[in-house]
Order: sequence, then structure tokens, then C-alpha cells
Amino acid sequence: MSNDNQFPLWEVFVQAKSGTPYKHAGSVHAADKEMALMNARDLYSRRNEGTAIWVVPASAIVASSPEEIGSFFEPSNDKAYRHPTFYEIPAEVKHI
Amino acid sequence: MSNNSNAALLEFVLRLGDNNLILGHRLSEWCSNGPFLEEDIALSNIALDYLGQTRILYTYAGTLEGGKTEDFYAYERFEHEFTNALITELPNGDYAHSIARQLYYSVFADLLLTELMKSKDATLSGYAAKAIKETAYHLRHATDWTLRLGDGTEESHQRMQKAIDDLFMYTGDMFATTEKEKSLVAAGIAPDVPALKAAWTKKVESVLKEATLTMPDAATWQMQGSRTNRHTEHIGYIIAEMQYVTRAYPGNKW
Repeated sequence: MSNDNQFPLWEVFVQAKSGTPYKHAGSVHAADKEMALMNARDLYSRRNEGTAIWVVPASAIVASSPEEIGSFFEPSNDKAYRHPTFYEIPAEVKHI
Repeated sequence: MSNNSNAALLEFVLRLGDNNLILGHRLSEWCSNGPFLEEDIALSNIALDYLGQTRILYTYAGTLEGGKTEDFYAYERFEHEFTNALITELPNGDYAHSIARQLYYSVFADLLLTELMKSKDATLSGYAAKAIKETAYHLRHATDWTLRLGDGTEESHQRMQKAIDDLFMYTGDMFATTEKEKSLVAAGIAPDVPALKAAWTKKVESVLKEATLTMPDAATWQMQGSRTNRHTEHIGYIIAEMQYVTRAYPGNKW
């Protein structure tokens, strides 16, 4: 698009409650970090979804590329011993 | 409670409720027309905050009047019966005008609610404690945009300054009071609204200064009328649109 005059893109991560991991909620456009935080608050916490928000410039995120899928992820496919399936997880342990 | 103090309390509660309803309705006109998606949603959120506050106040007014519903106050009163501050009914204008209106009003509401939290009326102090959290965010939003536009490009600066200048003549009316309201101030129920003016001026001045904008001349002529049932011409159009359906289909449920 030649007429894309939107602000830069930011990725939004929301924490549902204290102690839980931040989860990717979506993205917003904003001119700077303060606006990004306010926009994220308005878009992703208006139905009581969270208690804390991170915003990250989308350009600062380093992503693996689809071409690398083989070298990145296949080596783990055949090493079942890496999975902690041989342990009982105590009921008291949350968020695993 | 005597009839006189009840009438005074009703008048004060409706003043607060009308401010919220009319400003909320104005802001809701930005829905789907905002400058960009995120800001569109931000303004709609703020409009919904005002509507939520209106409901608390109109419900309280209904109990004071013995059984009137919140819908009665929104849908079955005429223009002259609304007591909202004139600034809340002004058209949205360009984005700078809407932001200037939000700045002027939010600074006022923040000061008013801070005082109202100390009210001896438990419903009003409870309302204020809830509403001030929303208002603090509205103020942050308006301040942020005032700085951004004022200290932005040459055009945004010039348009923000024009909006600040255009709306200034309606700000004095926010601080208008009535004889009935003064009796509530004496009873510790309502804050002394005219006394908030000095703090309001100081706060607005500091935001404008940081935004490289000029505070309008304090001696500017001020339009008054909201406490004496006189409005700008704009109120009729708002009421007509807002009440059309309930007037066309009285008593209908949906």
C-alpha cells in the first residue's frame, strides 16, 4: 500500500493476573510508547482481561523464519526423554 | 430530609448526570469517525464511561423523586430541563476541538470529584470514588493529546491553539452555581464549585504551557446560562436525535 499513513505497529502482551505469564493479545498502531500503552489499554483490557500490559515495538521482535523450521525444530521431535512426562506434577504447582 | 434540601440535592445530582450524558452523547458521535481505529475506540470507551456515570446519577435522582426511572431523565425531558454545562453540548468540531473540550472538562471533573469524595452524602461520595478513576484516565488522554498536537507540527499547533481559544468562552459556565446548591455546600454535601476555578486555571495553564500553547486571556467574555435553563442552540439537535425513538414509539421495549 502506497498510502499507508498509519503509525508504527506495536505488539501487545497482557497479563491476566499477577504471577501468570504475559500472553500475546494482538497489536496496535501508535506514535510512541505512551500512546501504545494507552491504545493497548483501550483495545485489550476493556472487558476486564488483565492487570498488566507490555507493549513492544513490532520492529524489535526477532522471529524465526519459516525456511528454518527444519533445522530449528526437528531435532527435538525424536527426543521424547526431554519431555517431563515421567514425573507427577504436584497439584499445588500452578501455571505449568 | 426536608423538601427543600431534597429539591436541592435532586438539582445537584441532575446537574452532574446531565453533564455526563450530554458529553458522553457528543463523544459517541466520534464512533466510526475517529482519526484512526485505536483512537476511535478510545473515545468510544470514554463515552461509555460517561454513560455509566450518568446511570448511577439518574438512578439516584429517581430514588429522590420517588420512583422515576433513569430513562425518564434521559428521554422524557425537554431542552430547557437539562442543566448540563454549555461546553458539554458543543459540536465536536475537528479533533483539536474535541480534545480541547475534553481537557477543559476533565480538569474540572477531576477537581470536582476529588472534593465530592468528601461529601456527607454516601451515594455521592461513593459515586465520586468510582468515577474519579475513570476521570483520571480521561484527563491523561486529553493531556497527552494536547501536548502531542500543541507541540506537534505547525498545523497541529495552530489548530490546537484555535480550539483552546474558541472554547474558552464556555469554560466559566462550568463553575456556575445556584442558591439551592449553596445550601448543599453549607451542609457538606456538595463541593463549592466556583471555588474550584483557581485550581482549574492553574492546571490548564500548566498543560498548555508544556504544550507550547497560550492560555486565553482570563478577561475573555464568558457565556453563561446552564444554571438558568438557557442553552446554546446545539442542545435541541442532540435531544432530538437522542430522544427520537422513544418519542416515536412511547413505552416500547427492546
